[in-house]
Amino acid sequence: MTENTGRVVSINGNLVSVEFNGNVSMNEICFVLVGDTALKSEVIRIRGNIAQIQVYEMTDGIKCGDKVEFTGDMLSADLGPGLLGQIYDGLQNPLPVLAQQAGWFLERGIYADGLNAEKKWEFTPTAHVGDLVRAGEYIGTVPEGPFTHKIFVPFYLLGNYTVKSIAEKGEYTVKETVAVVTDERGRDISLSMSFKWPVKRAVKCYSERLAPVETMETKVRLIDSFFPVAKGGTYCIPGPFGAGKTVLQHTTSKYADVDIVIIAACGERAGEVVETLTEFPELIDPKTGRSLMERTIIICNTSSMPVASREASVYTSVTLAEYYRQMGLNVLLLADSTSRWAQALREMSGRLEEIPGEEAFPAYLESYIAAFYERAGYVRLPDGSTGSVTIGGTVSPAGGNFEEPVTQATLKVVGAFHGLSRERSDARKYPAIDPLISWSKYKSVIDGKKSEFCKNILHHGDEIGSMMKVVGEEGTTLSDYIIYLKSEMLDSVYLQQNSFDLIEANCGTARQRYVTDKLIHVLGSDYAIESKDDARGFFNRMRQRFIDWNYTEFESDAFKKAESEIDALYVEGKGKLDPLAASLLKDGE
Amino acid sequence: MRMNKVYNRIESITGNVITVRADGVQYKELAQINTRFGKSLAQVNKIDGDVVSLQVFAGGQGVSTGDEVRFLGHEMRVSFSEDLLGRIFNGSGEPRDKGPALTENMKPIGGPSVNPTKRILANRMMRTNIPMIDMFNTLVVSQKLPIFSISGEPYNQLLARIAMQAEADVIVLGGMGLKYDDFLYFKDELSKGGALSKTVMFIHTASDPTVECMMIPDMVLAVAEQFALQNKDVLVLLTDMTNFADAMKEIAITQEQVPSNRGYPGDLYSQLAARYEKAVDFADSGSVTVLAVTTMPGDDVTHPVPDNTGYITEGQYYLKGGRIEPFGSLSRLKQNVNGKTRKDHRALMDAMIRLYSSYKETLEKKNMGFSMSRWDEKLLKYGELFENKLMDLSVNLPLEDALNTGWEILADCFQSDETGIKSDLTDEFWPVR
Repeated sequence: MTENTGRVVSINGNLVSVEFNGNVSMNEICFVLVGDTALKSEVIRIRGNIAQIQVYEMTDGIKCGDKVEFTGDMLSADLGPGLLGQIYDGLQNPLPVLAQQAGWFLERGIYADGLNAEKKWEFTPTAHVGDLVRAGEYIGTVPEGPFTHKIFVPFYLLGNYTVKSIAEKGEYTVKETVAVVTDERGRDISLSMSFKWPVKRAVKCYSERLAPVETMETKVRLIDSFFPVAKGGTYCIPGPFGAGKTVLQHTTSKYADVDIVIIAACGERAGEVVETLTEFPELIDPKTGRSLMERTIIICNTSSMPVASREASVYTSVTLAEYYRQMGLNVLLLADSTSRWAQALREMSGRLEEIPGEEAFPAYLESYIAAFYERAGYVRLPDGSTGSVTIGGTVSPAGGNFEEPVTQATLKVVGAFHGLSRERSDARKYPAIDPLISWSKYKSVIDGKKSEFCKNILHHGDEIGSMMKVVGEEGTTLSDYIIYLKSEMLDSVYLQQNSFDLIEANCGTARQRYVTDKLIHVLGSDYAIESKDDARGFFNRMRQRFIDWNYTEFESDAFKKAESEIDALYVEGKGKLDPLAASLLKDGE
Repeated sequence: MRMNKVYNRIESITGNVITVRADGVQYKELAQINTRFGKSLAQVNKIDGDVVSLQVFAGGQGVSTGDEVRFLGHEMRVSFSEDLLGRIFNGSGEPRDKGPALTENMKPIGGPSVNPTKRILANRMMRTNIPMIDMFNTLVVSQKLPIFSISGEPYNQLLARIAMQAEADVIVLGGMGLKYDDFLYFKDELSKGGALSKTVMFIHTASDPTVECMMIPDMVLAVAEQFALQNKDVLVLLTDMTNFADAMKEIAITQEQVPSNRGYPGDLYSQLAARYEKAVDFADSGSVTVLAVTTMPGDDVTHPVPDNTGYITEGQYYLKGGRIEPFGSLSRLKQNVNGKTRKDHRALMDAMIRLYSSYKETLEKKNMGFSMSRWDEKLLKYGELFENKLMDLSVNLPLEDALNTGWEILADCFQSDETGIKSDLTDEFWPVR
């Protein structure tokens, strides 16, 4: 804490100008003293001896002349054991603790430590006296829920250090000293199990960054098979309101094949957070057999909470994600919604009277969005293991129009695009990801050629569908009509997925491969069909059998029985596999 | 406490915003200004050194540079007690009826948001006896829903009916830019229906000053929140939020803020959300449910006001052609409650909507001159019955009767196996003829 202070000279919304004397750094944290309360703020512009600060709280009641105390620190997150299962606001205050202190409302000026200072953790040393260590290497471990939590040499320590002493195995709080290390000049530094890291700086304590190659299973067929996401990759979900962005994120947070999920509810509804809070402790993570909450961290800065901390919340979230990545874990960060974060930037930019860019967003919007998504990645760590941060952000474009600046800036930097469409959600086709506009640069869980084959059917079917709107069913040839029916069937039995049914929602890779092969067999065949009515009847029945099949447990007796029904109908329709599909299926074997 | 100093020199007057040179003024503090037309409140909305900007509630018209400005040392507040019930106020909190001014137990407005961990999952139905709501898009206690509507639709009639029929302990009605006739209509209807005694009204009519319009939602929600903390289920009715957004736009432009979309300020989303998020079900206490009319200029749902609203609220009622449209309307929370009303509720709702959608397709075919099959004829009959017996806004039925009516309509038009409803339900509920 420096002794640096200043005085308020102007107030405009949550932007306050402060006259200061000593030195102030950009993004430094300071407190505005209003009566008995101190309001946390961040320096966002310095001109001469005037610092402009954004206050993370409501600014009512501030007067010119009020004292401001500068801390010398940047906005930081507390990193250490005890983060999992927590519910934080954007500044890493645990909300349940705030509720104990302040009751119903989020009263301003009340802050709490991100980590419980009293709780004791079972520390096991792994480093020995005399070992040479660097930032990002670990000196011990602590069990945290289902994981082994590594205790690191703080990421901000530069150079080499020698372990002078290390605590014995035993129980310690996060603040107690567990090791002393000596730097190259012979100075001793005490280390505890926790340390602070400035949230706006990416953690770079890894040996190299690798290309994201391994597919992250989300168990959503449409995503994994057609528009996959890689571990360490990035993707975005833009869509108009009511198209199901949040439901999709919610499903992913439950079923995604990762170690840790961080949910950043950024500027969205409080009710949705309450839903997660109510539901998650009751759900079991199939991977660990423990409560889903134990692998989850919720950072929630809902829409009515102050805008400046909304901006901070995405950085806090990604910092926690990077921290667990350093332990060799795969972390998924779900940010809902990045548009609200961009709007927070716009609000501040407007108050700073910066020259506005498109739709009044600041000119640096694109570089900020790019810098945020670039914090995702698949990395090799100092100990040779690998870890990843995957970022999935929803975008809420004004009017559902994807041409707007936030969507466009995001599309430039992400590796997969899941565009939700109003037409699909109106038709109750969920997930409402539009297969005709979405794309992905990552590897599918099914063979690439098979994925292409299916997408071709969809595109072809769509073309015929639009033509049929003009010329009517009568004007369409039987063969075109059959392709149209095939694409409709593919859509309803594979792309659409009921996220409320346990078996249906949790569709793993093995099943996806098995089912697509069956689908290619059925869709890649010609049938002895004489009329459009026959065709409609046949594919309706086929569709129904596939849907029944979807609801059976993989490889169970019911599954096999439902499959034999499909085979029986195929024989009944005198199906004959065409050469293209045959060669695809043969390749796969 | 400092003395409430009086200033006699107004430096600038632009629209509804004035500036004075003053020291020791707090951000958002209230002041009183004496003009030749009487007294008005004003609120500090910017401080730059000793230059203090205030928005004058009564508007800038007729304000003179020599008028007296007295700072009051506190923010905007509203009196809270049981005495509010049955009363009508304006945006400054002054009585609009002939009752006395209330000055006791003053509470600040626009307070902090509720800690999400103190909320509980919305899971109680709020009955309105309007079938298109109760049966098809159930309103849930603590839900926030806009009524999207074009000008000319009977949205205020709908609100008045909901106010009289909804299962709420207290109704708080906020009118923004209300036509005077509509104000009288609300007053008459509520007193005729006997709901006035559980209602508080904060009314800004179209001819009142703009700044007062901006205060209405905060006044209404502050009062609602206080009642909710006294274990009351409160229903807040707001009409019309587009006028509120337009008032914000007016002030923002006057103060030379950079507009973002169609002239609206960049913080439109946050401003609307701060109001709507006041909807809450408190753990161990009462609740606030919000229904807010949002007129859509030009029936355009992508207009910034309905668009931002849609991202904030939990669904919407879409009022069109004098009916709550089953397709555009959505209550996102209905599945939290409609599974435990009656066991046929969900299945019947789904089947009736699906058939209504087929009816619409058939109607289109008919209008294009295609010949009608027997099935089409059935659908046409069904659509007409559905519209008259359930969709019509004058229909007033408790949920159970509405469900029974639904079964009757189906039986009038179809065989039970044509409806796609599971047979164990049709066995139990299909009307015997």
